[in-house]
Amino acid sequence: MKKTIGFMVLAGALSLAPAAQAGTLEDVQKRGQLICGVAVGLPGFAAPDDSGKMRGIDADVCYALAAAVIGDRDKVKFVPLTAKERFDALNGGEVDVLSRNTTHTLTRDASLGLNFTYYNFIDGQGFLAKKDLGVRSAKELDGARVCVQSGTTTEINLADFFRSNGMQYEQIAYDTSPQTREGFEGGACDVLTSDKSQLAAIRSELANPASAVVLPETISKEPLGPVVRQGDDVWFNTVKWTLWAIINAEELGVSSKNVDEMRNSNDPSVKRLVGAEGDMCKLISDKLDTVCFAQAIKQVGNYGEIYEANVGENTPLGLIRAGSPNDLWSRGGILYAPPIR
Amino acid sequence: MDDSQQQQPAALQPPKIPWRRDPAVRALFFQGALIAALLWAIVTVAGNTARNMEERGIKIGLHFFDDVAPFSIPLDFFPFWSFTLGESLYWEVFVIGVQNTIIISVFGIIGATALGFFVGVLRLSPNWLVAKFAAAYIEAFRNTPLLLQLLFWNFAVFLPLAPPPRQSWTLGESFILNKAGLYLPNPVLTGIGTVIFTVSAVAAIAAIIAMRKWAKKRQEETGKPFPLFFASLAVLIAAAVLALLFAGEQVSFEYAELKGLNYRGGARLPLIAFALWFGLTAYTAAFIAENVRGGIVAVAKGQSEAARSLGLHHGATLKLVVIPQAMRVIIPPTISQFLNLTKNSSLAVAIGYPEVVNVWAGISLNQTGQSLVIMAMTIGVYWVLSLLTSAALNYYNTRVQLRGR
Repeated sequence: MKKTIGFMVLAGALSLAPAAQAGTLEDVQKRGQLICGVAVGLPGFAAPDDSGKMRGIDADVCYALAAAVIGDRDKVKFVPLTAKERFDALNGGEVDVLSRNTTHTLTRDASLGLNFTYYNFIDGQGFLAKKDLGVRSAKELDGARVCVQSGTTTEINLADFFRSNGMQYEQIAYDTSPQTREGFEGGACDVLTSDKSQLAAIRSELANPASAVVLPETISKEPLGPVVRQGDDVWFNTVKWTLWAIINAEELGVSSKNVDEMRNSNDPSVKRLVGAEGDMCKLISDKLDTVCFAQAIKQVGNYGEIYEANVGENTPLGLIRAGSPNDLWSRGGILYAPPIR
Repeated sequence: MDDSQQQQPAALQPPKIPWRRDPAVRALFFQGALIAALLWAIVTVAGNTARNMEERGIKIGLHFFDDVAPFSIPLDFFPFWSFTLGESLYWEVFVIGVQNTIIISVFGIIGATALGFFVGVLRLSPNWLVAKFAAAYIEAFRNTPLLLQLLFWNFAVFLPLAPPPRQSWTLGESFILNKAGLYLPNPVLTGIGTVIFTVSAVAAIAAIIAMRKWAKKRQEETGKPFPLFFASLAVLIAAAVLALLFAGEQVSFEYAELKGLNYRGGARLPLIAFALWFGLTAYTAAFIAENVRGGIVAVAKGQSEAARSLGLHHGATLKLVVIPQAMRVIIPPTISQFLNLTKNSSLAVAIGYPEVVNVWAGISLNQTGQSLVIMAMTIGVYWVLSLLTSAALNYYNTRVQLRGR
């Protein structure tokens, strides 16, 4: 399966037809469907629920985008992609947008034909250790065997951390997240490393969650967000500003519940956001509806609502937002969306 | 056509064929056209690929080969080429991946051939229990997916069996077994010791070759057999003991020690490598066993009956009469099994063995994004390995085929 897609992408690159360049927005509207690349079952980010509906913070970006561009959040087709396939799938035109907990790095931004929009989750890499090792800090991991999922930025962070601390380790790389967990659980390695949001989910899936602890250190910066192809600025702006609109909505107190009433707000910022004034959406493209942001907020929610529904305290991941980087800048986090004006 | 021409008298020779109807010219023309079309296709595809990549802003090239690989490769065993974090370059990652693929394939082929021959012969055993046991093994391993078997051996059998590093099973200070693998003392030779050991190894091999020649000659002249295998073993052991007596002081052993969370030093056979080798061997051996059985059955029954009536016992009949004739049937399908084993080793990515698909088409591909170059190179590796394997075996095959005299 994995290889087939790889070769399809290769074949795509080899094909005689010129690449579909500009006009992703028109393509999506004409098709009446947004094709969105997501992770292969990553709880909290993109995983099907019991009824088969895709849920998660990454999936909600797709829903919001479909609501803004087509006017209906359900007009989304999800394409699950592994870490290895994702960029080729986006570049080959298989998906319109990649919303797959993808870290923004210079190499990817500059050499893979990609544009990173903004971040819908700010993560950092950590370690999950067997409790009976008696390790309290990542600095005590000298000589450890480390399980890691191949095809991620995780491997470089891991190498950098051990090198800069003058410690040795042995990396055991697996192809998928479940195999990595199985390797850790079976004892192929002493610690497992991944983004901290993942460690919480992996720990909850262990046969005995109490047998493992998440170590306190965060060893990397992992700003995760949606990615588009280079060379289509209108689409780039559409995705970027839909995400920013959702974050601005939370800051301005606009939610899925009150977005209709907010049309009558006295605050010009709110009025511009919900499309009651200024025709902001039309500035991005005249193909967009005046109330594109209001549609996204109404049908999916503002950033706070999305966070709490998917990864917040009352979810299996249980990630507390207050005091984390994922809070708004005005409350001490680092989420900062430019103003809509 | 040729015959009728030859029968015609010389005076009635047909008129000269015009060049455009000359079969030789035609053949040349069509072959030339085919080559031109092929070249055109290759050039067009390559050009389009390059242009499409450029349009999409994808930078393609080999420039990353000389960059330092910013990640680590595990399991530095059999380090013909070993990895140093922060120093090794991307092309070295490729070399190490290929090296590990070759190592597991070679040992897998040796193991699968030995086990396959053994089981294939057992399956034809007159003993009912032994024959049925061999048949059960073959059917069980041949009819389940290899990936499943590898996951089973690694995650369900070997990993849970072995103890964690701090509760390792040890035999004295020398042998340590845990979930990371089996640690053995690593012999370190110094000074003249290296020379003595090399000389004794060469001498032992020369002695064995000479002995083989002598034994063959003696058997041809007198008919007396010679226990060649045990004699060879004795020569090897004697050579090792002699070398130890002379150079005992120059040999020291490096033992594995618990440092940090795991053992370091010594020689190590990683558990993952063993699980992979075991899985590949057991799976491929089931197919080879069937080839062996088919080969033996194909030898006419009169051959073994004749051997028995000459007074050869069951083992000698097999070894001297049946198997040499069976080989010509066994080898061609077994070549395919060797190729399969080499290609199947790419499944190791599921259990974390660092072969070429794991470290090159996996880790390196993702870190550099150079899918076209890396995928092409990985395909090339299997292509070259397969062609080399079948070339070597085809050479062997031509030598064991029946030759008319």
